Amino acid sequence: MLALAGLICGFVFGWGLLISGMMQPAKVLAFLDVFGAWDPSLLVVMAAALAVGGAGYAVARPRMPLFAARNLWPEKTMIDAPLVIGATLFGVGWGLSGLCPGPAIENLATLSPRLIVFVIAMALGIAAHDAWQRWRVAAAPLAANADG
Amino acid sequence: MANFTPLSAAIGGALIGLAAALLMLTTGRIAGISGIFGGLIGWNAPDRDWRIAFIVGLILAPLTGTLMGYALVEPQMPASWAVIIIAGLLVGFGTRLGGGCTSGHGICGVARLSPRSLAATVIFVGVAMVVVAVLRHGLGG
Repeated sequence: MLALAGLICGFVFGWGLLISGMMQPAKVLAFLDVFGAWDPSLLVVMAAALAVGGAGYAVARPRMPLFAARNLWPEKTMIDAPLVIGATLFGVGWGLSGLCPGPAIENLATLSPRLIVFVIAMALGIAAHDAWQRWRVAAAPLAANADG
Repeated sequence: MANFTPLSAAIGGALIGLAAALLMLTTGRIAGISGIFGGLIGWNAPDRDWRIAFIVGLILAPLTGTLMGYALVEPQMPASWAVIIIAGLLVGFGTRLGGGCTSGHGICGVARLSPRSLAATVIFVGVAMVVVAVLRHGLGG
């Protein structure tokens, strides 16, 4: 049931990106280009998604999910260095390409070779981050001992 | 604002919000694509089935779209392979380090009224706007 829910939600999400035009990097870049022929469509997408999503979350928050033991609601509240640095690096990549992860993966349907290379690079970026985090955790006890 | 398409943007945005709400109501998960995709990378990543299913649904959408009159348009990509690879690496590494992307922070996080997500969204939108301004209009604006 979890997988069926995932399939349906991914499908609805994908239709949202398709109808809104946000699958197209050119349309996203037109929103980011505030000094050019600015296209505010992405702002409307965000506003509509926040209105519907916010209402849905208000209903979902105090409830048990239908097919899982509990809500995996993120608990972090601190605005820390990884958040700021990560969002900055992502912003550079997004500005260079007009692609964020959702539209990038959805565009795999087009079998565009350039897009496929982008998604492979994105996966490598994720793998590099995760490998670096594992190394940091493994190295941490040694670092702690170094002072003592 | 010649290319402004408010109606299709509002309908599409509402569907994205609906998908996020449905995923929370059914699975208790956040509809953040970088997190869903990132959770599939690695050897013993848990919780694989619904992630794979979500991504299959995401890719099926434009394929079924062709039946409804939405052409499958090849995305306009940067001309330089180096820029494509660097941008992909930055999007992957940055969303993982920052804990989310346009969907996880920008939509789900802001819809949860999370200050972290609001900060991340302001930063990545702002930085991307600066990058596009520099690339298209030069440093002088």
